[in-house]
Amino acid sequence: MYDFGDARSAGKTSGNALELYVPVLDYLSQSPINFGQIASNTLPSHPPLFQSPTPLSPSCLPVSIPLLSSSIPPSPSVPLPFPLSHGTTTLAFFQHGVIVAVDSRATAGSYIASQTVKKVIEINPYLLGTMAGGAADCSFWERLLARQCRVYELRNKERISVAAASKLLANMVYQYKGMGLSMGTMVCGWDKRGPGLYYVDSEGNRVGGDLFAVGSGSMYAYGVVDSGLRPELSVEEACELGRRAIYQATYRDAYSGGVVNLYRVHSQGWERVSQDDVLQLHQQYKAEAGCL
Amino acid sequence: MLSTPMFANGGRMKEYHHSGSTECRFSPYAYNGGTVLAVAGEDFAIVASDTRLSEGYSIHSRDSPKCYKLTDTTVLGCSGFHGDCLTLTKIIDARLKMYKHSNNKSMTSGAIAAMLSTILYGRRFFPYYVYNIIGGLDEEGRGAVYSFDPVGSYQRDSYKAGGSASAMLQPLLDNQIGFKNMENVQHLPLTLEKAMQLVKDVFISAAERDVYTGDALKLCIITKEGIKEEMVPLRKD
Repeated sequence: MYDFGDARSAGKTSGNALELYVPVLDYLSQSPINFGQIASNTLPSHPPLFQSPTPLSPSCLPVSIPLLSSSIPPSPSVPLPFPLSHGTTTLAFFQHGVIVAVDSRATAGSYIASQTVKKVIEINPYLLGTMAGGAADCSFWERLLARQCRVYELRNKERISVAAASKLLANMVYQYKGMGLSMGTMVCGWDKRGPGLYYVDSEGNRVGGDLFAVGSGSMYAYGVVDSGLRPELSVEEACELGRRAIYQATYRDAYSGGVVNLYRVHSQGWERVSQDDVLQLHQQYKAEAGCL
Repeated sequence: MLSTPMFANGGRMKEYHHSGSTECRFSPYAYNGGTVLAVAGEDFAIVASDTRLSEGYSIHSRDSPKCYKLTDTTVLGCSGFHGDCLTLTKIIDARLKMYKHSNNKSMTSGAIAAMLSTILYGRRFFPYYVYNIIGGLDEEGRGAVYSFDPVGSYQRDSYKAGGSASAMLQPLLDNQIGFKNMENVQHLPLTLEKAMQLVKDVFISAAERDVYTGDALKLCIITKEGIKEEMVPLRKD
Protein backbone atom coordinates (compact mmCIF):
# COMPACT_ATOMS: atom_id res chain seq x y z
CA MET A 1 0.00 0.00 0.00
CA TYR A 2 1.39 3.36 -0.88
CA ASP A 3 2.22 4.87 2.47
CA PHE A 4 2.12 8.58 3.10
CA GLY A 5 2.16 8.90 6.85
CA ASP A 6 0.30 11.77 8.41
CA ALA A 7 1.73 14.75 6.60
CA ARG A 8 -0.20 17.88 7.55
CA SER A 9 1.21 21.14 6.36
CA ALA A 10 0.55 24.03 8.68
CA GLY A 11 0.61 26.90 6.22
CA LYS A 12 -1.90 28.02 3.67
CA THR A 13 -2.35 26.01 0.55
CA SER A 14 -0.66 27.72 -2.33
CA GLY A 15 -2.60 30.07 -4.55
CA ASN A 16 -4.84 29.46 -7.44
CA ALA A 17 -2.67 27.74 -10.00
CA LEU A 18 -5.67 25.62 -10.87
CA GLU A 19 -7.49 28.67 -12.15
CA LEU A 20 -4.93 29.09 -14.91
CA TYR A 21 -6.04 25.82 -16.39
CA VAL A 22 -9.67 25.87 -15.39
CA PRO A 23 -10.67 29.51 -15.66
CA VAL A 24 -14.31 29.60 -14.62
CA LEU A 25 -14.28 28.10 -11.17
CA ASP A 26 -14.50 30.73 -8.48
CA TYR A 27 -16.36 28.49 -6.10
CA LEU A 28 -13.00 26.83 -5.50
CA SER A 29 -12.03 29.66 -3.16
CA GLN A 30 -15.02 29.23 -0.85
CA SER A 31 -14.48 27.29 2.33
CA PRO A 32 -15.85 23.77 2.65
CA ILE A 33 -18.05 22.59 5.49
CA ASN A 34 -16.27 22.31 8.83
CA PHE A 35 -17.99 19.14 9.79
CA GLY A 36 -16.47 16.70 12.24
CA GLN A 37 -12.94 17.53 11.16
CA ILE A 38 -10.02 16.67 13.37
CA ALA A 39 -8.29 20.07 13.08
CA SER A 40 -8.53 21.51 16.59
CA ASN A 41 -7.88 25.21 16.13
CA THR A 42 -10.23 26.12 13.35
CA LEU A 43 -10.00 29.77 12.39
CA PRO A 44 -13.02 31.78 13.57
CA SER A 45 -12.97 34.05 10.54
CA HIS A 46 -14.44 31.46 8.22
CA PRO A 47 -17.97 30.46 9.18
CA PRO A 48 -18.70 27.06 7.74
CA LEU A 49 -20.61 27.54 4.54
CA PHE A 50 -22.82 24.66 3.62
CA GLN A 51 -22.83 24.85 -0.10
CA SER A 52 -22.71 22.30 -2.82
CA PRO A 53 -23.88 23.80 -6.09
CA THR A 54 -21.19 21.75 -7.80
CA PRO A 55 -23.08 18.59 -8.67
CA LEU A 56 -26.05 20.51 -10.04
CA SER A 57 -24.40 23.48 -11.68
CA PRO A 58 -24.85 23.21 -15.43
CA SER A 59 -21.58 25.01 -15.96
CA CYS A 60 -19.45 24.38 -19.00
CA LEU A 61 -17.29 22.21 -16.74
CA PRO A 62 -19.01 18.87 -16.27
CA VAL A 63 -16.46 17.77 -13.71
CA SER A 64 -17.13 18.44 -10.04
CA ILE A 65 -13.70 19.07 -8.55
CA PRO A 66 -13.45 18.76 -4.76
CA LEU A 67 -13.55 22.09 -2.96
CA LEU A 68 -10.27 23.59 -1.79
CA SER A 69 -9.94 25.25 1.56
CA SER A 70 -7.99 28.34 0.67
CA SER A 71 -6.99 29.60 4.08
CA ILE A 72 -7.98 27.04 6.68
CA PRO A 73 -5.03 24.78 7.50
CA PRO A 74 -5.60 21.77 5.30
CA SER A 75 -6.77 18.88 7.43
CA PRO A 76 -7.76 15.35 6.51
CA SER A 77 -11.37 14.71 5.60
CA VAL A 78 -14.13 13.66 7.98
CA PRO A 79 -13.14 10.47 9.83
CA LEU A 80 -14.42 7.80 7.52
CA PRO A 81 -16.25 4.73 8.73
CA PHE A 82 -15.07 2.71 5.72
CA PRO A 83 -11.73 1.92 4.04
CA LEU A 84 -10.92 3.06 0.51
CA SER A 85 -9.33 1.05 -2.29
CA HIS A 86 -5.50 0.97 -2.07
CA GLY A 87 -2.54 -1.32 -2.61
CA THR A 88 -0.56 -2.22 -5.69
CA THR A 89 2.72 -2.79 -7.49
CA THR A 90 3.58 -0.74 -10.56
CA LEU A 91 6.86 -0.58 -12.42
CA ALA A 92 8.36 1.34 -15.31
CA PHE A 93 11.85 1.46 -16.78
CA PHE A 94 13.71 2.60 -19.87
CA GLN A 95 14.50 -0.18 -22.27
CA HIS A 96 13.64 0.09 -25.96
CA GLY A 97 11.38 2.96 -25.02
CA VAL A 98 9.57 2.61 -21.72
CA ILE A 99 8.39 -0.75 -20.37
CA VAL A 100 5.42 -0.41 -18.01
CA ALA A 101 4.22 -3.34 -15.90
CA VAL A 102 1.43 -3.31 -13.32
CA ASP A 103 -0.65 -5.72 -11.26
CA SER A 104 -4.46 -5.54 -11.07
CA ARG A 105 -5.60 -5.91 -7.48
CA ALA A 106 -7.64 -3.35 -5.53
CA THR A 107 -8.16 -3.77 -1.80
CA ALA A 108 -10.50 -2.06 0.65
CA GLY A 109 -9.00 -2.81 4.05
CA SER A 110 -8.37 -6.53 3.93
CA TYR A 111 -11.14 -7.25 1.42
CA ILE A 112 -10.09 -7.70 -2.18
CA ALA A 113 -12.45 -5.39 -4.01
CA SER A 114 -11.33 -6.41 -7.47
CA GLN A 115 -8.75 -8.53 -9.27
CA THR A 116 -9.30 -6.93 -12.65
CA VAL A 117 -8.48 -3.27 -12.19
CA LYS A 118 -6.83 -1.40 -15.05
CA LYS A 119 -3.96 0.41 -13.41
CA VAL A 120 -2.51 1.83 -16.59
CA ILE A 121 -4.46 4.83 -17.78
CA GLU A 122 -4.14 5.68 -21.44
CA ILE A 123 -3.87 9.46 -21.39
CA ASN A 124 -3.41 9.74 -25.15
CA PRO A 125 -1.82 7.56 -27.84
CA TYR A 126 1.73 8.32 -26.70
CA LEU A 127 1.32 8.93 -22.94
CA LEU A 128 0.52 6.44 -20.20
CA GLY A 129 -0.12 6.98 -16.51
CA THR A 130 0.09 4.31 -13.82
CA MET A 131 -2.06 4.09 -10.72
CA ALA A 132 -0.85 3.40 -7.19
CA GLY A 133 -2.43 4.43 -3.91
CA GLY A 134 -6.06 5.47 -3.74
CA ALA A 135 -7.92 4.12 -6.77
CA ALA A 136 -10.40 6.97 -7.02
CA ASP A 137 -7.69 9.63 -6.58
CA CYS A 138 -5.51 8.17 -9.32
CA SER A 139 -8.24 7.60 -11.87
CA PHE A 140 -9.86 10.99 -11.27
CA TRP A 141 -6.70 13.10 -11.47
CA GLU A 142 -5.28 11.22 -14.43
CA ARG A 143 -8.53 11.55 -16.29
CA LEU A 144 -8.36 15.27 -15.59
CA LEU A 145 -4.77 15.23 -16.81
CA ALA A 146 -5.90 13.63 -20.06
CA ARG A 147 -8.31 16.50 -20.51
CA GLN A 148 -5.61 19.09 -19.80
CA CYS A 149 -3.24 17.42 -22.28
CA ARG A 150 -5.90 17.59 -24.95
CA VAL A 151 -6.53 21.27 -24.21
CA TYR A 152 -2.77 21.89 -24.49
CA GLU A 153 -2.72 20.19 -27.88
CA LEU A 154 -5.58 22.29 -29.13
CA ARG A 155 -4.07 25.54 -27.86
CA ASN A 156 -0.49 24.95 -28.98
CA LYS A 157 -1.02 22.76 -32.06
CA GLU A 158 1.60 20.31 -30.89
CA ARG A 159 1.77 17.35 -28.57
CA ILE A 160 2.49 17.94 -24.93
CA SER A 161 5.86 16.76 -23.63
CA VAL A 162 6.11 14.16 -20.88
CA ALA A 163 7.80 16.70 -18.61
CA ALA A 164 4.97 19.19 -19.08
CA ALA A 165 2.23 16.60 -18.59
CA SER A 166 3.81 15.37 -15.36
CA LYS A 167 4.22 18.96 -14.19
CA LEU A 168 0.52 19.65 -14.83
CA LEU A 169 -0.42 16.67 -12.72
CA ALA A 170 2.02 17.55 -9.95
CA ASN A 171 0.73 21.11 -9.74
CA MET A 172 -2.91 19.97 -9.70
CA VAL A 173 -2.45 17.68 -6.72
CA TYR A 174 -0.11 20.02 -4.85
CA GLN A 175 -3.14 22.22 -4.14
CA TYR A 176 -4.51 19.38 -2.05
CA LYS A 177 -1.33 18.56 -0.19
CA GLY A 178 -2.03 17.53 3.38
CA MET A 179 -5.70 16.83 2.75
CA GLY A 180 -5.33 13.11 2.51
CA LEU A 181 -5.03 12.36 -1.19
CA SER A 182 -3.09 9.19 -1.83
CA MET A 183 -1.62 8.91 -5.29
CA GLY A 184 1.71 7.64 -6.57
CA THR A 185 1.84 7.67 -10.32
CA MET A 186 4.33 7.39 -13.12
CA VAL A 187 3.83 9.41 -16.29
CA CYS A 188 5.46 7.51 -19.14
CA GLY A 189 5.65 8.58 -22.74
CA TRP A 190 7.61 9.41 -25.80
CA ASP A 191 8.10 12.99 -26.96
CA LYS A 192 10.57 14.87 -29.15
CA ARG A 193 13.29 14.39 -26.51
CA GLY A 194 12.86 10.63 -26.66
CA PRO A 195 11.41 8.39 -23.94
CA GLY A 196 10.24 10.14 -20.78
CA LEU A 197 9.48 8.80 -17.32
CA TYR A 198 8.43 10.90 -14.33
CA TYR A 199 7.26 9.86 -10.89
CA VAL A 200 4.59 12.14 -9.42
CA ASP A 201 2.89 11.74 -6.06
CA SER A 202 0.38 13.49 -3.87
CA GLU A 203 3.10 14.62 -1.46
CA GLY A 204 4.35 16.96 -4.16
CA ASN A 205 7.27 14.90 -5.45
CA ARG A 206 7.98 15.04 -9.14
CA VAL A 207 11.17 13.40 -10.25
CA GLY A 208 12.41 12.11 -13.58
CA GLY A 209 14.38 8.93 -13.90
CA ASP A 210 14.89 5.74 -15.82
CA LEU A 211 13.52 3.21 -13.36
CA PHE A 212 10.71 3.47 -10.82
CA ALA A 213 8.60 0.99 -8.88
CA VAL A 214 5.67 2.29 -6.86
CA GLY A 215 3.30 0.69 -4.39
CA SER A 216 3.20 -1.73 -1.51
CA GLY A 217 5.04 -4.37 -3.55
CA SER A 218 7.62 -1.98 -5.01
CA MET A 219 10.55 -3.25 -2.95
CA TYR A 220 10.10 -6.76 -4.28
CA ALA A 221 9.88 -5.49 -7.83
CA TYR A 222 13.02 -3.35 -7.42
CA GLY A 223 14.97 -6.41 -6.32
CA VAL A 224 14.12 -8.33 -9.44
CA VAL A 225 14.59 -5.48 -11.92
CA ASP A 226 17.83 -4.19 -10.40
CA SER A 227 19.42 -7.59 -10.60
CA GLY A 228 18.23 -8.32 -14.13
CA LEU A 229 18.59 -4.98 -15.90
CA ARG A 230 21.40 -4.80 -18.47
CA PRO A 231 21.89 -2.40 -21.37
CA GLU A 232 21.90 -5.13 -24.03
CA LEU A 233 18.47 -6.66 -23.30
CA SER A 234 16.20 -7.36 -26.26
CA VAL A 235 12.57 -6.22 -26.31
CA GLU A 236 11.25 -9.65 -25.28
CA GLU A 237 13.79 -10.00 -22.50
CA ALA A 238 12.97 -6.56 -21.16
CA CYS A 239 9.23 -7.34 -21.20
CA GLU A 240 9.89 -10.64 -19.47
CA LEU A 241 11.93 -8.84 -16.81
CA GLY A 242 9.05 -6.48 -16.10
CA ARG A 243 6.59 -9.35 -15.99
CA ARG A 244 8.78 -11.37 -13.65
CA ALA A 245 9.28 -8.40 -11.34
CA ILE A 246 5.55 -7.85 -10.92
CA TYR A 247 4.95 -11.57 -10.50
CA GLN A 248 7.51 -11.78 -7.71
CA ALA A 249 5.92 -8.77 -6.03
CA THR A 250 2.45 -10.36 -6.19
CA TYR A 251 3.96 -13.54 -4.73
CA ARG A 252 5.20 -11.80 -1.60
CA ASP A 253 2.89 -8.80 -1.20
CA ALA A 254 -0.61 -9.57 -0.01
CA TYR A 255 -1.99 -6.37 -1.50
CA SER A 256 -0.82 -7.11 -5.04
CA GLY A 257 -2.14 -9.79 -7.35
CA GLY A 258 -4.55 -10.57 -10.14
CA VAL A 259 -3.04 -10.26 -13.59
CA VAL A 260 0.15 -8.64 -14.87
CA ASN A 261 -0.53 -6.01 -17.53
CA LEU A 262 2.45 -5.07 -19.67
CA TYR A 263 2.71 -2.03 -21.95
CA ARG A 264 5.54 -0.61 -24.01
CA VAL A 265 5.91 3.00 -25.16
CA HIS A 266 8.04 3.53 -28.26
CA SER A 267 8.46 6.26 -30.82
CA GLN A 268 5.12 5.53 -32.51
CA GLY A 269 3.19 5.55 -29.24
CA TRP A 270 2.22 2.91 -26.69
CA GLU A 271 1.20 -0.70 -27.30
CA ARG A 272 -0.30 -3.31 -25.01
CA VAL A 273 2.16 -6.19 -24.92
CA SER A 274 0.49 -8.82 -22.74
CA GLN A 275 -1.87 -9.70 -19.92
CA ASP A 276 -0.95 -12.75 -17.84
CA ASP A 277 -2.78 -14.26 -14.91
CA VAL A 278 -0.41 -14.55 -11.97
CA LEU A 279 -1.53 -18.10 -11.28
CA GLN A 280 -0.53 -19.18 -14.77
CA LEU A 281 2.80 -17.38 -14.50
CA HIS A 282 3.38 -19.27 -11.28
CA GLN A 283 2.86 -22.65 -13.00
CA GLN A 284 5.06 -21.53 -15.87
CA TYR A 285 7.98 -20.39 -13.73
CA LYS A 286 7.71 -23.44 -11.51
CA ALA A 287 7.88 -25.68 -14.55
CA GLU A 288 10.90 -23.75 -15.86
CA ALA A 289 12.67 -23.99 -12.52
CA GLY A 290 11.86 -27.71 -12.35
CA CYS A 291 13.43 -28.28 -15.78
CA LEU A 292 16.74 -26.64 -14.87
CA MET B 1 -33.04 6.82 19.34
CA LEU B 2 -29.79 7.62 17.64
CA SER B 3 -27.29 6.30 20.12
CA THR B 4 -23.96 7.81 19.21
CA PRO B 5 -21.63 5.41 21.04
CA MET B 6 -23.14 2.58 19.04
CA PHE B 7 -21.65 3.97 15.87
CA ALA B 8 -18.18 4.74 17.09
CA ASN B 9 -16.91 1.56 15.47
CA GLY B 10 -17.35 2.89 11.97
CA GLY B 11 -21.02 2.02 11.76
CA ARG B 12 -20.97 -1.52 13.01
CA MET B 13 -22.34 -2.33 16.45
CA LYS B 14 -20.16 -2.37 19.53
CA GLU B 15 -20.68 -4.98 22.19
CA TYR B 16 -24.07 -4.99 23.92
CA HIS B 17 -22.91 -4.30 27.47
CA HIS B 18 -20.17 -1.79 27.06
CA SER B 19 -18.09 -1.41 30.20
CA GLY B 20 -15.60 1.39 30.59
CA SER B 21 -15.74 4.94 29.35
CA THR B 22 -17.71 5.91 26.29
CA GLU B 23 -16.63 8.73 24.04
CA CYS B 24 -19.61 10.56 22.66
CA ARG B 25 -18.86 12.24 19.40
CA PHE B 26 -21.28 13.16 16.71
CA SER B 27 -20.75 11.30 13.47
CA PRO B 28 -22.43 12.58 10.35
CA TYR B 29 -22.76 9.00 9.08
CA ALA B 30 -25.05 6.14 10.06
CA TYR B 31 -25.04 2.63 8.73
CA ASN B 32 -28.33 1.31 7.41
CA GLY B 33 -27.20 -2.03 6.03
CA GLY B 34 -28.54 -3.76 2.98
CA THR B 35 -27.01 -5.76 0.18
CA VAL B 36 -27.03 -5.09 -3.55
CA LEU B 37 -26.10 -7.40 -6.39
CA ALA B 38 -25.83 -6.99 -10.14
CA VAL B 39 -25.21 -9.58 -12.86
CA ALA B 40 -24.72 -8.94 -16.57
CA GLY B 41 -25.53 -11.47 -19.27
CA GLU B 42 -25.28 -11.47 -23.02
CA ASP B 43 -28.43 -9.42 -23.55
CA PHE B 44 -29.76 -8.81 -20.06
CA ALA B 45 -28.77 -7.41 -16.70
CA ILE B 46 -30.19 -8.13 -13.26
CA VAL B 47 -29.98 -5.73 -10.33
CA ALA B 48 -31.20 -7.14 -7.02
CA SER B 49 -31.34 -5.81 -3.50
CA ASP B 50 -32.87 -6.78 -0.20
CA THR B 51 -35.48 -4.47 1.29
CA ARG B 52 -34.45 -4.25 4.93
CA LEU B 53 -33.51 -0.87 6.39
CA SER B 54 -31.78 -1.25 9.73
CA GLU B 55 -29.84 0.87 12.20
CA GLY B 56 -27.91 -0.69 15.01
CA TYR B 57 -30.08 -3.39 16.57
CA SER B 58 -33.34 -2.07 15.08
CA ILE B 59 -35.13 -2.48 11.81
CA HIS B 60 -36.62 0.75 10.53
CA SER B 61 -38.45 -0.77 7.60
CA ARG B 62 -38.97 -4.10 5.88
CA ASP B 63 -39.98 -2.48 2.62
CA SER B 64 -37.17 -0.18 1.60
CA PRO B 65 -35.70 -1.47 -1.65
CA LYS B 66 -32.33 -0.23 -2.73
CA CYS B 67 -32.78 -0.41 -6.51
CA TYR B 68 -33.52 2.88 -8.25
CA LYS B 69 -34.59 3.02 -11.86
CA LEU B 70 -32.58 5.67 -13.70
CA THR B 71 -33.48 5.18 -17.36
CA ASP B 72 -35.25 2.49 -19.38
CA THR B 73 -32.01 0.58 -19.64
CA THR B 74 -30.25 1.35 -16.35
CA VAL B 75 -30.89 0.61 -12.69
CA LEU B 76 -28.77 1.81 -9.78
CA GLY B 77 -28.43 -0.15 -6.57
CA CYS B 78 -27.09 1.73 -3.56
CA SER B 79 -26.53 0.60 0.02
CA GLY B 80 -24.79 2.10 3.00
CA PHE B 81 -26.08 5.24 4.60
CA HIS B 82 -29.69 5.74 3.54
CA GLY B 83 -29.56 9.51 3.82
CA ASP B 84 -26.71 9.71 1.34
CA CYS B 85 -28.45 7.15 -0.94
CA LEU B 86 -31.54 9.38 -1.14
CA THR B 87 -29.58 12.56 -1.84
CA LEU B 88 -27.35 10.87 -4.36
CA THR B 89 -30.28 9.44 -6.32
CA LYS B 90 -31.96 12.85 -6.33
CA ILE B 91 -28.82 14.44 -7.71
CA ILE B 92 -28.43 11.74 -10.36
CA ASP B 93 -32.06 12.13 -11.43
CA ALA B 94 -31.58 15.87 -11.78
CA ARG B 95 -28.40 15.45 -13.81
CA LEU B 96 -30.12 12.89 -16.06
CA LYS B 97 -32.92 15.33 -16.75
CA MET B 98 -30.44 18.11 -17.51
CA TYR B 99 -28.56 15.86 -19.93
CA LYS B 100 -31.82 14.89 -21.62
CA HIS B 101 -32.81 18.49 -22.06
CA SER B 102 -29.44 19.61 -23.40
CA ASN B 103 -28.64 16.61 -25.59
CA ASN B 104 -32.09 15.37 -26.55
CA LYS B 105 -31.31 11.78 -25.68
CA SER B 106 -31.09 9.57 -22.58
CA MET B 107 -27.77 8.91 -20.97
CA THR B 108 -26.17 5.55 -21.76
CA SER B 109 -25.07 3.23 -18.95
CA GLY B 110 -21.40 3.99 -19.52
CA ALA B 111 -22.04 7.72 -19.42
CA ILE B 112 -24.07 7.43 -16.21
CA ALA B 113 -21.22 5.46 -14.65
CA ALA B 114 -18.64 8.07 -15.60
CA MET B 115 -20.89 10.84 -14.31
CA LEU B 116 -21.52 9.06 -11.01
CA SER B 117 -17.78 8.68 -10.57
CA THR B 118 -17.25 12.43 -10.80
CA ILE B 119 -20.25 13.19 -8.57
CA LEU B 120 -18.81 10.92 -5.90
CA TYR B 121 -15.31 12.33 -6.25
CA GLY B 122 -16.66 15.86 -5.92
CA ARG B 123 -17.20 14.94 -2.30
CA ARG B 124 -13.78 13.40 -1.85
CA PHE B 125 -13.26 15.09 1.50
CA PHE B 126 -16.70 14.35 2.94
CA PRO B 127 -17.77 11.32 0.99
CA TYR B 128 -21.17 9.89 0.27
CA TYR B 129 -21.22 6.73 2.39
CA VAL B 130 -22.82 4.71 -0.38
CA TYR B 131 -21.75 1.56 -2.18
CA ASN B 132 -23.12 1.85 -5.70
CA ILE B 133 -23.61 -0.72 -8.41
CA ILE B 134 -25.11 0.18 -11.77
CA GLY B 135 -26.66 -2.51 -13.93
CA GLY B 136 -27.95 -2.01 -17.43
CA LEU B 137 -27.54 -2.50 -21.15
CA ASP B 138 -24.77 -0.81 -23.07
CA GLU B 139 -25.20 0.78 -26.51
CA GLU B 140 -24.80 -2.58 -28.22
CA GLY B 141 -27.49 -4.19 -26.08
CA ARG B 142 -25.11 -6.29 -24.01
CA GLY B 143 -25.42 -6.46 -20.24
CA ALA B 144 -23.14 -4.14 -18.28
CA VAL B 145 -22.40 -3.84 -14.57
CA TYR B 146 -20.39 -0.96 -13.10
CA SER B 147 -19.28 -1.10 -9.48
CA PHE B 148 -18.08 1.85 -7.41
CA ASP B 149 -16.34 2.59 -4.17
CA PRO B 150 -17.62 5.45 -1.99
CA VAL B 151 -15.31 8.02 -3.56
CA GLY B 152 -15.88 7.21 -7.20
CA SER B 153 -13.35 4.60 -8.28
CA TYR B 154 -15.20 2.40 -10.76
CA GLN B 155 -14.85 -0.30 -13.33
CA ARG B 156 -17.00 -2.42 -15.55
CA ASP B 157 -17.60 -5.99 -14.38
CA SER B 158 -19.85 -8.86 -15.35
CA TYR B 159 -21.06 -9.40 -11.77
CA LYS B 160 -20.63 -7.67 -8.44
CA ALA B 161 -22.03 -7.75 -4.92
CA GLY B 162 -21.98 -4.69 -2.67
CA GLY B 163 -23.18 -3.79 0.79
CA SER B 164 -23.21 -5.64 4.08
CA ALA B 165 -23.16 -9.22 2.77
CA SER B 166 -20.88 -8.49 -0.18
CA ALA B 167 -17.91 -10.38 1.24
CA MET B 168 -20.13 -13.47 1.56
CA LEU B 169 -21.74 -13.24 -1.87
CA GLN B 170 -18.83 -12.19 -4.05
CA PRO B 171 -16.81 -15.43 -3.66
CA LEU B 172 -19.91 -17.47 -4.50
CA LEU B 173 -20.48 -15.42 -7.64
CA ASP B 174 -16.79 -15.72 -8.56
CA ASN B 175 -17.18 -19.45 -8.45
CA GLN B 176 -20.58 -19.87 -10.13
CA ILE B 177 -20.46 -17.13 -12.77
CA GLY B 178 -16.71 -16.61 -13.16
CA PHE B 179 -15.83 -20.31 -12.85
CA LYS B 180 -12.94 -19.35 -10.62
CA ASN B 181 -11.04 -21.93 -8.59
CA MET B 182 -12.55 -24.78 -10.53
CA GLU B 183 -10.81 -27.05 -12.98
CA ASN B 184 -12.16 -29.09 -15.89
CA VAL B 185 -15.43 -27.20 -15.97
CA GLN B 186 -17.23 -26.18 -19.13
CA HIS B 187 -17.67 -22.40 -19.29
CA LEU B 188 -21.31 -22.12 -20.30
CA PRO B 189 -22.69 -18.67 -21.03
CA LEU B 190 -25.11 -17.40 -18.38
CA THR B 191 -28.80 -17.63 -19.29
CA LEU B 192 -31.46 -15.36 -17.78
CA GLU B 193 -33.20 -18.23 -15.97
CA LYS B 194 -29.98 -19.50 -14.43
CA ALA B 195 -28.97 -16.00 -13.41
CA MET B 196 -32.33 -15.35 -11.71
CA GLN B 197 -32.22 -18.62 -9.82
CA LEU B 198 -28.65 -17.95 -8.75
CA VAL B 199 -29.49 -14.47 -7.48
CA LYS B 200 -32.42 -15.80 -5.45
CA ASP B 201 -30.35 -18.62 -3.96
CA VAL B 202 -27.50 -16.31 -3.15
CA PHE B 203 -29.72 -13.85 -1.28
CA ILE B 204 -31.39 -16.63 0.66
CA SER B 205 -27.91 -17.67 1.82
CA ALA B 206 -27.01 -14.12 2.70
CA ALA B 207 -30.18 -13.69 4.77
CA GLU B 208 -29.22 -16.78 6.76
CA ARG B 209 -25.89 -15.39 7.86
CA ASP B 210 -26.02 -11.59 7.73
CA VAL B 211 -28.20 -9.72 10.20
CA TYR B 212 -28.60 -6.69 7.97
CA THR B 213 -29.94 -8.68 5.00
CA GLY B 214 -33.44 -10.14 4.86
CA ASP B 215 -37.19 -9.43 4.72
CA ALA B 216 -37.62 -9.44 0.95
CA LEU B 217 -35.63 -9.44 -2.25
CA LYS B 218 -36.39 -7.11 -5.12
CA LEU B 219 -35.12 -8.09 -8.55
CA CYS B 220 -35.02 -5.71 -11.51
CA ILE B 221 -34.51 -7.55 -14.78
CA ILE B 222 -33.36 -5.30 -17.60
CA THR B 223 -33.76 -6.50 -21.17
CA LYS B 224 -34.36 -4.68 -24.41
CA GLU B 225 -38.07 -5.07 -23.75
CA GLY B 226 -37.77 -2.95 -20.64
CA ILE B 227 -37.42 -3.39 -16.90
CA LYS B 228 -39.37 -6.12 -15.07
CA GLU B 229 -39.61 -6.22 -11.31
CA GLU B 230 -40.05 -9.21 -9.05
CA MET B 231 -40.36 -9.51 -5.26
CA VAL B 232 -39.29 -12.65 -3.42
CA PRO B 233 -39.78 -13.06 0.34
CA LEU B 234 -36.74 -13.70 2.53
CA ARG B 235 -36.26 -14.51 6.20
CA LYS B 236 -37.72 -11.86 8.46
CA ASP B 237 -35.66 -12.63 11.55
